[in-house]
Amino acid sequence: MTAPTETPVEAGRLSTRQLSWQRRRQALARGWAEFRRHRSGMVGLGIMVAFVLVALCAPLLASADGLSVTKATGGVLESPSGKFWLGTDESGRSVLTLLIWGSRISLLVGLLATVISMVIGTLIGLLSGYFTGWAGSILYRFTEWFLVIPFLPLAIILATVLGRSLFNIALVIGITTWPSTALLIRSQTLSIKERPYLERARVLGAGRAHQIGRHILPNVMPMVFANTTLTVAAAILSETTLSFLGLGDPTRVSWGTMLDSAYSVGAMTTGSWWFFLPPGLCVVAVVLAFTLIGRALEEVLDPRLRGR
Amino acid sequence: MSMVVAGEAPATEVTPRSGGRGKSYPRYVGGKVLGSLGSLAFMLVVNFFLFRVLPGDPARTLGRGRFTTPEQLAEFNRTHGLDQPLVEQFFTFLRNTFTGDLGVSIKYNVPVSELMLDRMWPTLLLVGTSTILSTVIGIWMGIHQAWKRDSFLDRSTTGTALTLYSMPEWWLGLVLIAVFSVGIGPIPGIFPTGGLDSGAVGQSAIEHGLDVAWHLVLPVFTLTLAYLAEYSLIMRASVLDELGEDYLTTARAKGLRDIQVRNNHAVRNAMLPATTVIALNLGFVVSGAITIETVFSIPGLGLLSTEALQTPDYWVLQGTFLFASGAVIFANLAANLLYGLLDPRVRS
Amino acid sequence: MTAPLLEMRDVGVTYRARGREIPAVRDVNLTVSRGEIVGLAGESGCGKSTLASTILRLQPASAQVTGQVLFEGEDVLTMRWGDLRTLRWAGASIVFQGALHSLNPVHRISRQIGEAITTHQPGLSEQQVTERTGDLLEQVGLPRQRASTYPHQLSGGQKQRVMIAMALACNPSLIVADEPTTALDVMVQAQVLDVLQHLVRELGVGMLIISHDLSVLGDLCDRIVVMYAGRVVEAGPAAAVFGQSLHPYARALSAAFPKVGDPAARFAPAGLPGDPPDPAELPPGCSFAPRCPQALDSCTEAVPLLESYDGGRLAACFRVGEDRETVSLP
Repeated sequence: MTAPTETPVEAGRLSTRQLSWQRRRQALARGWAEFRRHRSGMVGLGIMVAFVLVALCAPLLASADGLSVTKATGGVLESPSGKFWLGTDESGRSVLTLLIWGSRISLLVGLLATVISMVIGTLIGLLSGYFTGWAGSILYRFTEWFLVIPFLPLAIILATVLGRSLFNIALVIGITTWPSTALLIRSQTLSIKERPYLERARVLGAGRAHQIGRHILPNVMPMVFANTTLTVAAAILSETTLSFLGLGDPTRVSWGTMLDSAYSVGAMTTGSWWFFLPPGLCVVAVVLAFTLIGRALEEVLDPRLRGR
Repeated sequence: MSMVVAGEAPATEVTPRSGGRGKSYPRYVGGKVLGSLGSLAFMLVVNFFLFRVLPGDPARTLGRGRFTTPEQLAEFNRTHGLDQPLVEQFFTFLRNTFTGDLGVSIKYNVPVSELMLDRMWPTLLLVGTSTILSTVIGIWMGIHQAWKRDSFLDRSTTGTALTLYSMPEWWLGLVLIAVFSVGIGPIPGIFPTGGLDSGAVGQSAIEHGLDVAWHLVLPVFTLTLAYLAEYSLIMRASVLDELGEDYLTTARAKGLRDIQVRNNHAVRNAMLPATTVIALNLGFVVSGAITIETVFSIPGLGLLSTEALQTPDYWVLQGTFLFASGAVIFANLAANLLYGLLDPRVRS
Repeated sequence: MTAPLLEMRDVGVTYRARGREIPAVRDVNLTVSRGEIVGLAGESGCGKSTLASTILRLQPASAQVTGQVLFEGEDVLTMRWGDLRTLRWAGASIVFQGALHSLNPVHRISRQIGEAITTHQPGLSEQQVTERTGDLLEQVGLPRQRASTYPHQLSGGQKQRVMIAMALACNPSLIVADEPTTALDVMVQAQVLDVLQHLVRELGVGMLIISHDLSVLGDLCDRIVVMYAGRVVEAGPAAAVFGQSLHPYARALSAAFPKVGDPAARFAPAGLPGDPPDPAELPPGCSFAPRCPQALDSCTEAVPLLESYDGGRLAACFRVGEDRETVSLP
């Protein structure tokens, strides 16, 4: 691939490590320039940044007191007014405050679940792709079997047995979503394994760890990155669903728990749209944002997917 | 007029295998069935260990907060065979499962298998109808979107599909209830807010059937919409992948009409990866059924699962997990067999 | 004299990609008559496949075609859709490059050949179609039973022969063979070329063979047309173009393929340094100048036009006129 705008590397002046880092930075710059051309991806990025900022600046935007049931000042399910922009919930708390603070939990749990899922999935994917013979095929079978297990029934049981906490929810989501990542990483690993430079590394005496760590992993990382954003989308959706079913931490507010309250209070029948509409819309917005980013990243990495 | 061509050079011409389908398909089926049995076995193991190998004393976990005296604990352990060695427990579990003894519901005090049978048909009705509708419509839409790629129709439907895909299906259900069952402002709701029927007595079979159907309109619509979006995206991507293939040029060169090229060639091939991906996503249809039944109060297996969360009714949860996993494994097997019929390369 | 079977007049093809216009084919004139085998030679990317795709109006939607492509006197590019569909396969057919991907992997051979037959002769009974399919397979030296197989069950040579059989299905007057021997080993190549030659001699069809292998064309064709960077750079009787090329590129192309069995040629491959130019950024003047061993500075100032030389030969090079008499002025 020729890139006339890149700084030519002066041979002999840089060490190998500096060389490879320079190349990586150039590849990153190229990838970013390509990503910028995807309008949908940029829109997604914008939305994601906005929500992350809201989550981080929550204390600045709304007082933490607003979450306390005992300190609630509003009436029950008041419609939006000048005082409460999005009305109140069944305990008199401002829905807007709940929404802002809830973003923290939804995003945090989603992120944590993704980390767990990606670590397990990437590890198993790499190993099952790298090792041929019975080790590799056992891992592959294991992945396939796990893939077939339906998410929600398993999540319900695990959450019930492990108890209701944020970490457990993240763990449950992580445990149930790693298989699809593992399969993707595995097929990537398999194709990278065939490439000539890996064979040369082996001939030069590279050990397994070195091969996996220094050669396969860096080449798999871009795909991992794209897959991560899509996994975050799925994780946030899952957290919302599990919280809605009452499996979340009852002391913390997330968009899912808000919807659970809305449903049990019958917000639809009383027409309290300010209670059940905003949390759902926020979930849709964030999940859509991550999905758009993920799809744009996939297109940047795999030109064949362009034009979806 | 026959050409005389020098005999096939043996070194380069490989003797082709027989073109018959019958020979290798049974073997393919056998392989897939074996694989499914393996998945089933794995799932049974997982099911068994879920309650027993997790932190804490099983009796305390399973009978959480209900036993205080050591005698009660010991009694519980004995009746549930928890004082046996683990391996023996596993075989008891297997034996019970295969004879249909799935334990007794803590909440209803009724055998779990009986409870499940009772609640099964609303779920089958809901899931079956939605799956058929979403698959058929989704695939049809995906084909048309891909064929007229980048048209306004394509862009708008793809955008809508992505948005629906990002939505929790049960939240969509909530919104639809608010709009169509409760009504907005002056416009009244027309659909029931939940339940399977109106509970009226003395209905004839047809009247009851219509009543149930009316109650199922919104739930089926919600579930269909949720998965239709995903399936159309999958099929669209699949057809787009085929568009660049050479055999389509050959088909056009032969003078076929555009529709023929699309249906007989592009779509026929695009069905292959689409079938696989759709089958893999069937597990999520099961999950969707759980949440939709909960939101619409449909007395099926999904609602049973979420009700069981409250107590918590462990044996019911275990039973529904078994059923759900079994259903997904079976659906995957069916999809694999279908794939084997569609793709001749896989059978040889 | 009757009109030639195929006549391409000043054909140009331009691709539109990402806002840029890329000329793939420029000002090409080419004719093929009944019973004649014409070879179209050149490296990959020189535009020969693009040119061939215009014969049945199969060029991609992003391509704009100028000029005329006359088949038996009618312009294919402006034909009505119904007439075009009739022309496709029944008037002219194509044996595609890379039969591996040109056959539908999930249909049996019988269905793929049958499809061509029933599209143009819908009145035939199933029995008749099966008969005809079997006859076609025998014509290319394959047993009739191969009809019930799937493409993946056939070897490369067998697939290529199926493509040829399929191309014959509707008794076309012109057959275009796009790289019919690429990716086949030498023995199978010889058989396929044999079949093609028989077809022309016995059925009287016209044939346009596209290949980058000049030695193959030299043996088989009556006339050869050499393309470089979208333009015709030399044309003439096959033996002359192959043996005593006028254009430096044609000379290099024929030297690049060593004669089989000639040890001297094997040990001295005469390749040409450099790559064909990027069609989006063509060099000024003669497109071949950067790689030409005989290039002068003046070659980059103007594009050489095709000039006629004796023996029915054409060449587009400033340096040819130096040692041969031009027959007629352009």
